[in-house]
Amino acid sequence: MADTAKVTSLEKVVIRFSGDSGDGMQLTGSLFSNLSAISGNEISTFPDYPAEIRAPQGTLGGVSGYQVHVGKKVYTPGDLADILIAMNPAALKVNKKHIKPNAIIIIDEDAFDESGMTKAGYKTNDPIAELGLGAAQIIGARITTMVKASLADSEMDNKSILRCKNMFSLGLLCWLFNIPVDNAMHLLENKFKKKPTILKANLKVLVDGFNYGSNTHASVSTYHIDSTEKQKGTYTDVKGNQATAWGLIAASEKSGLPLFLGSYPITPATEILHELSARKDLGVKTVQAEDEIAGVCTAIGASFAGSLAATSTSGPGLALKSEAINLAIMAELPLVVIDVQRGGPSTGLPTKTEQTDLWQAIYGRNGESPCVVIAASTPADCFDFAFIASKLAVEHMTPAILLSDAFIANGSSAWRIPNMDDYPAIHPPFVSEDMKSYWKPYFRNPENGSRYWAIPGTEGFAHRVGGLEKDNKTGAISTEPKNHQLMTNLRQAKIDNIAHVIPELKIQGNPDADLLVVGWGGTFGHLYSAVEALNAEGEKVALAHFNYINPLPKNTAEVLTKYKKIIVCELNNGQFAGYLRSKIDGITPLKYNKVEGQPFLVQELVDHFKTLLDD
Amino acid sequence: METNNYTIKDFKSDQDVRWCPGCGDHAILNSIQKAMTELGISPDQTAVISGIGCSSRFPYYVNTYGMHTIHGRATAIATGVKTANPELTVWQVTGDGDCLAIGGNHFIHALRRNIDLNIVLFNNEIYGLTKGQYSPTSKRGFISKSSPYGTVEDPFRPAELTFGARGNFFARTLDVDLKTTQDVLIQAAKHKGTSVVEALVNCVIFNNGTHSAISDKEFRADRTIILKHGEPMIYGKDRNKGLVIEGFNLKSITIGENGMTEKDILVHDAKCEDRTLHFKLGTMSGDLPVALGVIRDVEAPTYDREVEKQVKDVQEKHPQIHKLEDFLRTLETWEIK
Ligand SMILES: Cc1ncc(C[n+]2csc(CCOP(=O)(O)OP(=O)(O)O)c2C)c(N)n1
Ligand code: SF4
Ligand SMILES: [Mg+2]
Repeated sequence: MADTAKVTSLEKVVIRFSGDSGDGMQLTGSLFSNLSAISGNEISTFPDYPAEIRAPQGTLGGVSGYQVHVGKKVYTPGDLADILIAMNPAALKVNKKHIKPNAIIIIDEDAFDESGMTKAGYKTNDPIAELGLGAAQIIGARITTMVKASLADSEMDNKSILRCKNMFSLGLLCWLFNIPVDNAMHLLENKFKKKPTILKANLKVLVDGFNYGSNTHASVSTYHIDSTEKQKGTYTDVKGNQATAWGLIAASEKSGLPLFLGSYPITPATEILHELSARKDLGVKTVQAEDEIAGVCTAIGASFAGSLAATSTSGPGLALKSEAINLAIMAELPLVVIDVQRGGPSTGLPTKTEQTDLWQAIYGRNGESPCVVIAASTPADCFDFAFIASKLAVEHMTPAILLSDAFIANGSSAWRIPNMDDYPAIHPPFVSEDMKSYWKPYFRNPENGSRYWAIPGTEGFAHRVGGLEKDNKTGAISTEPKNHQLMTNLRQAKIDNIAHVIPELKIQGNPDADLLVVGWGGTFGHLYSAVEALNAEGEKVALAHFNYINPLPKNTAEVLTKYKKIIVCELNNGQFAGYLRSKIDGITPLKYNKVEGQPFLVQELVDHFKTLLDD
Repeated sequence: METNNYTIKDFKSDQDVRWCPGCGDHAILNSIQKAMTELGISPDQTAVISGIGCSSRFPYYVNTYGMHTIHGRATAIATGVKTANPELTVWQVTGDGDCLAIGGNHFIHALRRNIDLNIVLFNNEIYGLTKGQYSPTSKRGFISKSSPYGTVEDPFRPAELTFGARGNFFARTLDVDLKTTQDVLIQAAKHKGTSVVEALVNCVIFNNGTHSAISDKEFRADRTIILKHGEPMIYGKDRNKGLVIEGFNLKSITIGENGMTEKDILVHDAKCEDRTLHFKLGTMSGDLPVALGVIRDVEAPTYDREVEKQVKDVQEKHPQIHKLEDFLRTLETWEIK
């Protein structure tokens, strides 16, 4: 059907889908982002879960949302939305603060009846005026009525019919963004392959939504979103927690070690347990332990027995695991510990994001107890960093803590399915037959200081390890003062040594910058976007983003001391800044910190950096 | 008995045993080494996991794979070892504090899962290593450094706790009864599933004689009964006492008195699914003899093998998925050309 509306070109757009938990807005959002990705856009998404699991329909507590950012140079799910789909009055009210003043708002007019308005606590019967949304462009459609009419002849009951409402909005969006409706139909056909009745209904409503847009010219303008040149390949969309789980499987394949996960459910890390429990087809063993301590302890047992062993948790769980992590440090056994950070302290803000576990990961154990600490920075690179954490843990016989956070764990981005030939081999430092005559448990590889691994079942290598200090030569229990100093130094040197096998720190943006922005982990997208935006305006700004925290890349001091003005930005009160100052002499960075349970906004960073550049 | 090439030397390490002279742990160490020799499983296929405590020093003294871990967590670590490699024979050595105080949660969950571990619980009713505080098995009123006026709490009875957590193997032995100790250890090792052997051991330093009311030579025969599956429950110096059921309770009788004959005496059925009688036998005290030997020995699916089986079943259902890439390609994907 020819469309006569004016087509405006956009570099990127932020869309927020919102409604009752039962409205399927997450599905609609992810279908839309996948459609955009298929058309060659970058995508980044983030879910906004309702405050309560089963809040009454139509109330503010039951509103669930899904934000999608599509286009060119997309590194975050976006600050404020350009478009809001609000399936009921509560959704409109809750999301008012998440949208731009001139946003396009698509609403289901049927839901704005007296009962809907009352449940959402409106005082007048004009929601737009009451919320001060006068500058917005409202596209109102009687979605419920139209969907009911459209499916009147179907065999479905009323409840199932109403579940299709979300497809109407998806169809409408396809029209608004000039996405061929065939593409959407194709996606649905795959999605509901096994449910023909639901598929038929959804397809019908989807097309109705599309036609409604083009027949009524629901908007004065339609849009075309710029696409990017992407690397050729097969893509899927991936959430950080899934990527983390799959990265562990990849490491298991590359190392030839069976994968074992010991874990206890905790928001926002639980999906890692779910994802790996489902991968029995790939031979993964998971134990849902009785608590976090048992989670890490079963993993340590599995590691002793020769598995690639991991445990996944969030901050409160990491606290419970610290004594056992020390056992793995002392027994020098490989162990991957994944901490998906959330708001703390204590139970804190379970579903919200923070970077407040950094010090806990680096220092949170008794004794001199160094271990590897690394951090992932995007949903997709969780795969790589789970792989790297495993590689470092195995090859250096040490626990490696991987820091993720609620933001990247639940967020998604497009991910090119990797060719595993592009990933390095992982070499477990097993004992070899010729060592039998002289080997002792703490006999070390002179090159990297790692001990060798003799797994139960290996003939002739029966030995004992444990948490008590051992003699560096015989492996027997020792309280000899000089030996303890030596073993302490050897354990530290083993970790320090890893600086030689990890990549050097790279600077992004303008290398001759007046301001060096420093960040680590999951804030990458926001920091990078802010730095790019400023450079586009002619400022000179650079970004040094860290994934390797302990040890730091070996050129860290050299890079940081080059810049006169450094600002360390993090979602805590300055933990990384403090850590850097303790490691690198002579730097006194500025700090930008936020502990609100929310990611940075690109705009707040840009605004703040500008004040520093003006000085 | 199968013959094999192992001698007790194969299970002795080069480390000096550091327990106090006269400590009950020595005898159990000896019996475990003898049981291992008799079982004939290679030391290289055996892992011994312990927590922290005097008794938990154990792994250093046996020449198998071993890990001396952290206080209370041996059960969880042993669970990981066995789940990762069900082919290994896994022993767990633990004290009454290690197993039932700090490690109580792991203990009950191992039993519930029925993971194939041989748990040897060294019960000296005291914290030995930390020099004499009362433990979760110390009797009410027990005076110790941390209870100078006596405890005001009841102890756990390990048998009761085991059965309450749905345990399927429980045996009890005395440090001074080498023969019973070795017997029950062998049966525990052969049992598939979590087996608990409660070894009543003496701490000569901090709780000397805590078990002497039943372990002293002069009382032992009259105050204990060694239960054997399929045999009548007869005990006593003169082998003339026995157990019968009266109402809902067990009762001790003398053969020949009040018309009682051997035929009236209960025959021990360790393999009975129902735990009711095992509960009663496991908690006998006072006028009734303390039960030694294997009280319960019932086979049930083990966690480690069930995990393995589930993996195999799922793999058979998805023969086309061998590698991560095979799986990733089953997801919703799109091509960029
Ligand atoms: C986390 C932790 N808490 C406390 C201790 C101190 N501690 C070591 S052993 C022990 C109790 C040991 O008693 P038990 O398990 O009965 O062993 P026994 O020494 O009697 O054989 C305690 C409290 C410790 N090592 N670690
Ligand atoms: S203190 Fe008691 S338990 Fe510990 S070794 Fe000595 S006698 Fe044995
Ligand atoms: Mg004790």
